[in-house]
Amino acid sequence: MEQKPLKKIDIIFGWDDKCTPIQVVEKTIKKTAENIILDMIDSGLKGRGGAGFPTGLKWKFCRNEDSDIKYVICNADEGEPGTFKDREILDKVPEKIFAGMTICGYVIGAREGYIYIRGEYNFMLKTLQQKIDLFNQQLHDLKVDFRVYLRSGSGAYVCGEESALFESMEGKRGEPRNKPPYPTVAGYNSKPTVINNVETLVYTSEICRMGPEQFKALGTSDSRGSKVFSVSGDTPIAGIYELELGMPLKDFVEEFGDGDSKAIQVGGASGHCVPRKKFNDTIIGFEGIPTGGSMMIFNSSRSMYNVLHDYLEFFTEESCGQCTPCRIGCQQLLKGIEAVKKGERPPTYLDDLKRLTATMKIAAKCGLGQSVANPFTSIVDNFREEIIY
Amino acid sequence: MSKYMVNLKINNTAIQVEEGTSILDAAKLLNFKIPTLCNHPDLSVAGNCRVCVVEVKGARLLAASCATPVSEGMEVNTNSEKVRIARKHIIELLLSEHNVDCTKCFKNGHCELQELASEYRFGDHIFIDLVKDRDKLRDISSPSISRDASKCIRCQRCVRTCDELQSVSALAVINKGDHQTISTFLNKPLNDVVCTNCGQCINRCPTGALYERNYMEEVWNAIYDPNKFVVVETAPATRVALGEDLGIDTGKRVTGKMVSALRKMGFNKVLDTDFTADLTIMEEGTELLTRLKRAIVDKDETVKLPLMTSCSPGWVKFQEHMYPELIDNLSSCKSPQQMFGALAKTYYADKINIKAENMVVVSIMPCTAKKFECNRSEMRDSGFKDVDYVLTTRELAMMIKQAGIEFDKLEDESYDSILGESTGAAVIFGTTGGVMEAALRTAYEIITGHEVPFTNLNIQPVRGMEGVKEASIKIKNTLPDWNFLEGVELKVAVAHGLANAKQLMEVVKSGKATYHFIEVMGCPGGCIGGGGQPIPTSAEIRKRRAEAIYAEDMGKTIRKSHENPEVVEVYKEYLTNPLGHKSHELLHTHYKVRKRY
Repeated sequence: MEQKPLKKIDIIFGWDDKCTPIQVVEKTIKKTAENIILDMIDSGLKGRGGAGFPTGLKWKFCRNEDSDIKYVICNADEGEPGTFKDREILDKVPEKIFAGMTICGYVIGAREGYIYIRGEYNFMLKTLQQKIDLFNQQLHDLKVDFRVYLRSGSGAYVCGEESALFESMEGKRGEPRNKPPYPTVAGYNSKPTVINNVETLVYTSEICRMGPEQFKALGTSDSRGSKVFSVSGDTPIAGIYELELGMPLKDFVEEFGDGDSKAIQVGGASGHCVPRKKFNDTIIGFEGIPTGGSMMIFNSSRSMYNVLHDYLEFFTEESCGQCTPCRIGCQQLLKGIEAVKKGERPPTYLDDLKRLTATMKIAAKCGLGQSVANPFTSIVDNFREEIIY
Repeated sequence: MSKYMVNLKINNTAIQVEEGTSILDAAKLLNFKIPTLCNHPDLSVAGNCRVCVVEVKGARLLAASCATPVSEGMEVNTNSEKVRIARKHIIELLLSEHNVDCTKCFKNGHCELQELASEYRFGDHIFIDLVKDRDKLRDISSPSISRDASKCIRCQRCVRTCDELQSVSALAVINKGDHQTISTFLNKPLNDVVCTNCGQCINRCPTGALYERNYMEEVWNAIYDPNKFVVVETAPATRVALGEDLGIDTGKRVTGKMVSALRKMGFNKVLDTDFTADLTIMEEGTELLTRLKRAIVDKDETVKLPLMTSCSPGWVKFQEHMYPELIDNLSSCKSPQQMFGALAKTYYADKINIKAENMVVVSIMPCTAKKFECNRSEMRDSGFKDVDYVLTTRELAMMIKQAGIEFDKLEDESYDSILGESTGAAVIFGTTGGVMEAALRTAYEIITGHEVPFTNLNIQPVRGMEGVKEASIKIKNTLPDWNFLEGVELKVAVAHGLANAKQLMEVVKSGKATYHFIEVMGCPGGCIGGGGQPIPTSAEIRKRRAEAIYAEDMGKTIRKSHENPEVVEVYKEYLTNPLGHKSHELLHTHYKVRKRY
């Protein structure tokens, strides 16, 4: 499998005084929307929130919708445990987000863009709003018919799910919707909407700044470009790092581990747990294990039962509760491993629970319930003895 | 816009359906039954129980068939291995969260979850029982509706009912994850919130989480008590629905069998609320004409128009909470149930020489709000509680079964007299538009001396299931007393279901309405769709019940309330005239402003 060695990159947080974000907007909107979409598709950029949908296609679908009102939404509801990169982007280079949103608005024909920011980040609302006001003024001066607005969530993990986010923005309970219709057809206020992750939007403006060639020179054929990682856990150098995609997990562990890493949880609580024996043949990217950026490192002092238990407690609490597989399934998984641990259920009960996660994976209404199977099966399969004894 | 047709295959059978059809509905056309729980024909699609998942070829996920529209070339399997495993898991998960207390449950035998569980015949439960505090989750504060959260499967049908059909939103979803539940505002007792007691949530609850507060034991005890004289009255809409709970087809009238069964159960007298429905027309019709006269002749600007009906206690409480500024537009007439109770314990008790204190009045209603109504403090004008117990159609069906009566084999019997005679105008009170039609039949004739100008007296514009109906009648050739109405176009509106009522009230509030008279029934379809009627309910079922009501009307020899001989008699002997002193004392009431929070 194609792979790249670990390489630190400086695109996201870099600053080009000769081509600031507003200047990127000014320069880009001289092109046709079609050409911008072609650049996006050419760059190979896929969504950085975790699901990895090709950004250029998303914009194209939305552009093709016939509607007077469309929206661009920046998903800044960064709630995945172990992810904290969007916070840094919002703090350090928010103008790049606004630029990406404006360009998207130009492409799809939207006049309004909203940043939906998680409730826990309310401390930055004031400074962010000041920067938005300034940027909006610049857009006004450039006679660009697009404005950026800020909306705050209330702390529900599920509101990071795009359709639950729309519900929340509309003032309703944050509950995922049935799909179809997809956001590009009927999103916020049931209007065609592009919703992109914070980091994705920054990359779109960076691709417009530097051209798609430079971006796609990085990474592998399935995973173009670089990505910002939130590194935490048993590491001496926890923090935020932009790395080229396609690296083997082995490289990552050598760089960030403490020499005693036994497992890496790739992609946060809803991601996959990779044990030491699979470090060598695991690629970080869409061809291997994709991630929204969370990399949690566990060394041998950690109980994987406790890790799984924490995740399941998290999902039990953060399920919106509307669909059966997720609401009750999460509770059963949590109670189930407790019962096995206490000896109230036989070890083979873990297999019943794995079958339940297989149902959750295909029958839950949204990505939340569907992804609980990831940590459950990867931890149970690789650390079964820790769960039982 | 013309509909495109879509070709797909379900279980290898090809079918062509309109674009936008759900997989569930397409499967129904092919007679493939897909189980559902959160889906209900009266409500928006939720897609949250996931029981209806099916496999679509090429898709990574199973699709909720209720919420997924068909697409060209789609290949669906409704019973694949994956589907079956998922469905069993989902049902078992629901059972693990459900207080499986079937033998004691009020909904035993009528529970959709029970039905699914029995279809799948689970042996041991795989999953861990999650029901906590099973005895602490009951709310029996309301005289109408009981809630048992330990039976709730979070399908949110009740929430959607209360919001979409009734625009009351007394019930809502709160919290998330394992704490997600259905709650009232601030988790207050149901009796302390904006709930109108309409019971529509009960009609749509798939389990025993919502059920009527039942008074069957109290009624049996009264029947068994040798010192009590137990009188029963039956509402117009029960006679066209009771059969559904007793093995008889929907839309079949069972008036005579019902009377027979009640007599066999041991009620001392079997009487008819229809009698007081006719009486209501006399009182309310006169009230309308009086208000019109004050407005037109006396130029009295304080008179409140349009006049609004007050027979539906769910609607009355809705108005008290939501539109207190329009409270004086409500007719002061009590509902037929309460008029009956007040007359039974005065006029009637005297007539048959029974002491009022020994009389127990039981009413059989399609309604749960009536249980609340009979407990209102205003409803004691006879000096006693005018109506002692209210049973729903469903409770009556259960009692008939308990009594060992083979309902379908009963011979038809007639109501006792007096207070048992009624007209076709009274029967149609049971469906939306009926009170309006009955009122117009009488009022028009009082004013002009002629029958209403509609074929067979059937006032079609106020009939049917449209949410808000409007009609007008030009008044011509008035009798001398009513000259002031000559040439007036009498404008009326009819709404059923409180969401429609709200829409109509907003128009009235805006001052743009020019109606003289408005009929509102709290429940969709009127009383035939009442919260105490047999379950299930749907537009089709309500339509069939309404047809039965109109058939009953057509079958009556007397079809105008003012021609009911017993009504004529009661005015002559006791009440003197409509809106007279005695009427005011016994048949009219007042309302109170209630808070929304």
